[in-house]
Amino acid sequence: MTARAVLATAPGPGGRTVLATMRSAPPITLRRTGPGQVYLVATAAGPLGGDDLALDIDVAPGTALDVRSVASTLVLPGPRPGSAPEESSMTITARIGAGASLRFAPEPTVLAAGCRHRMTVRLELAPDARVLWREEIVFGRYGEAPGRCRTRFDAVVGGRPLLRQEFTVGDPAIDASPAVYGDARCVGGTLITGPPGTAGSGSLLAGEAVIGDGWAVLPLAGPGVLVSALAPDAAGLRRRLERGETAALPR
Amino acid sequence: MGADHDDRHHAPHPHGRALRLGVGGPVGSGKTALTAALCRALGRTLRLAVVTNDIYTTEDADFLRRAGVLDPGRIAAVQTGCCPHTAIRDDIAANLDAVETLEERFGPLDLVIVESGGDNLTATFSRGLADRQIFVLDVSGGDKVPRKGGPGVTTADLLVINKTDLAPMVGADLTVMSRDAAAVREGRPVLFTSIRQEPEAHAVAEWVIGVVEAWAHGHGTGPRGHGHDSGSPGPGHRAGSPGHSHDHTPV
Amino acid sequence: MSAPSLNAALLLLADSRLPAGGHGHSGGAEAAIAAGAVRDLPTLAAFLRGRLATSGLVAACLAASACALAASSAGSGTAGDPAGAPPGGWAELDAEAGARTASPAQREASRVQGRLLLRTARRIWPSPVLDGLARAVPEGAHHPVALGAAAGVAGCAPGEAALAAAYAAVTGPATAAVRLLGLDPVAVHRLLADLAPDLERAASTGSGAAASPASVPPPRTAASVWAELPAHSAPALDLLAERHLRAGLRLFVS
Ligand SMILES: Nc1nc2c(ncn2[C@@H]2O[C@H](COP(=O)(O)OP(=O)(O)OP(=O)(O)O)[C@@H](O)[C@H]2O)c(=O)[nH]1
Ligand SMILES: [Mg+2]
Repeated sequence: MTARAVLATAPGPGGRTVLATMRSAPPITLRRTGPGQVYLVATAAGPLGGDDLALDIDVAPGTALDVRSVASTLVLPGPRPGSAPEESSMTITARIGAGASLRFAPEPTVLAAGCRHRMTVRLELAPDARVLWREEIVFGRYGEAPGRCRTRFDAVVGGRPLLRQEFTVGDPAIDASPAVYGDARCVGGTLITGPPGTAGSGSLLAGEAVIGDGWAVLPLAGPGVLVSALAPDAAGLRRRLERGETAALPR
Repeated sequence: MGADHDDRHHAPHPHGRALRLGVGGPVGSGKTALTAALCRALGRTLRLAVVTNDIYTTEDADFLRRAGVLDPGRIAAVQTGCCPHTAIRDDIAANLDAVETLEERFGPLDLVIVESGGDNLTATFSRGLADRQIFVLDVSGGDKVPRKGGPGVTTADLLVINKTDLAPMVGADLTVMSRDAAAVREGRPVLFTSIRQEPEAHAVAEWVIGVVEAWAHGHGTGPRGHGHDSGSPGPGHRAGSPGHSHDHTPV
Repeated sequence: MSAPSLNAALLLLADSRLPAGGHGHSGGAEAAIAAGAVRDLPTLAAFLRGRLATSGLVAACLAASACALAASSAGSGTAGDPAGAPPGGWAELDAEAGARTASPAQREASRVQGRLLLRTARRIWPSPVLDGLARAVPEGAHHPVALGAAAGVAGCAPGEAALAAAYAAVTGPATAAVRLLGLDPVAVHRLLADLAPDLERAASTGSGAAASPASVPPPRTAASVWAELPAHSAPALDLLAERHLRAGLRLFVS
């Protein structure tokens, strides 16, 4: 299945944000739940092997968008049991304009046994765009060995690279390496950018890294911080990321 | 001294940089104590900076900063990864970087002291790092140590035998130490100190002033050692009798 | 020259005796040992394998690209005029290294090692290319960039630079583990020998990914190729590096 959903904001009357485009493409269904707030709703199982899904987000200058999801995404192998599973892919592209803000915090992606998945995220930010982008990956359902997954995340601010990260999950020799994920079964990160001291979500912590148990707030080489966390389970991962996010954005 | 000092400030430096003085010797012999003493004695007349090489911590640098003998910014710490002698002899890159960073930040300087991490009798400074070196022993290892020799004892530009106040307690015969040292050092100077009793280590400070002045006048570029001793004509250059260097008379 | 020539400079660059400050760094091994995550040969083997598959592979690709850039700027005289503006490319490639290193502690360790390596390399293989790199990145080039540039100036091919970077990514932590855990050094070298095929794979990935302004046909640019270089991250190494920086007792800088 190939699907491409599109979401775009535009400045509305009175400084509010309106959704200029909201085009669902099953299995990605978009549902507006408030001004500038959209839920991703899966209207079919998957992604399944062979699916090629895309979501394009355009946050116009000066507007604000908040994207969430109702449930976690379960990545499953393709419908042809026995044969080598086909790869599924999910590609998200987001442009965040000058003075715009985007909060993207869906529920985790769970890699079911046997899946072969590719996740690609590309963020293009204006220098003063405010972004909170959270990603959580869970290595298999309870007690299950994960399938394979490769992710690539690129965030570029004003044309300069801010953060480039790839994760590979599903190679047992690497997954359990004390250098990579150690004992963890979940990995996650939240990229936070924006000018310090802006109203709304508090001020962005500058300078020093902050570390906790299984999480760290890492100030990047460019204008932003990454909250990075490892955890034994999804609930623990969320707690650690939220702790880091709070440390990065003190109220 | 003040006039000398001004001369030095105005004359173009023949070497284009400060004299680099290594202070080496076994663990606990009093290298940091001597470095602090030199800062106390010379800090008002010479433009100084210090690099410490700690083994486990930044304890020596912290001690010197706390002692208030020098502007804390002028003290840099280098970590040596288990191998203090490597950092001063085989791979001096980190120390050179620290020295040059201090010279860039605070220069022009007259003297940069590099204290090595405590090691053994074979640890000496590379000539690529130190123009002159002091080897610090103490009496508590027993009066046999100078007789054992080793490159530190035999080739250092100045041998300091510290903690003479402890000699009676450990039964060390300073006359024996003096004689043995003279025998292996071919005329290079030896000074006895008790930094506990004489916190400015005047005799050593005078020797250092001598080598700094020779350096500032362009001497001391030739090979060192073997009686040649071009770089150490200072007032402290009185080898031999322990009684010369301070008021404490050996027992 | 029909057969590819062998370059002995590669051995000098990869040798742990190269006086460039590498001995003070454990590549996260000291912190992993302090945390109990590395404690014996099997856990060290897993650590090294994971490090090579992530930051080692990324370093290999950056080093290969830096090597290609050094070779092309030497050939085309774009090393930058000695006093004037820094040459193009180095700052961009270095920024790609920075964007792939989320942990500030690791960025600092990489910059310090890069600065020390460049200082040493400029004396061993004096070249306007290395001077240009030092000018373009005054805070200190990231280690893989400095290593690749030195390799290029010393006459190595991008794949050789990549091999040196991948090799350094595992030998530093291995040596540190020998010292800190008292492991049998022969057994640890056996682990390194087992990694040889992975080292070679990383080198060929690096050599395949390398690009220089001269080698990229328009409309693509070297910068667009660098943007796509591998970016494998190792979250555990990031956390360990930050923890290490705050440890009261430590032997290694990183
Ligand atoms: N009794 C006595 N103690 C001294 C004297 N000089 C130094 N000490 C003491 O000896 C101990 C070690 O002195 P340091 O100056 O730290 O020795 P160090 O050579 O720098 O030691 P490391 O850097 O750890 O190798 C400290 O407790 C000092 O106070 C002295 O002249 N007499
Ligand atoms: Mg000391």
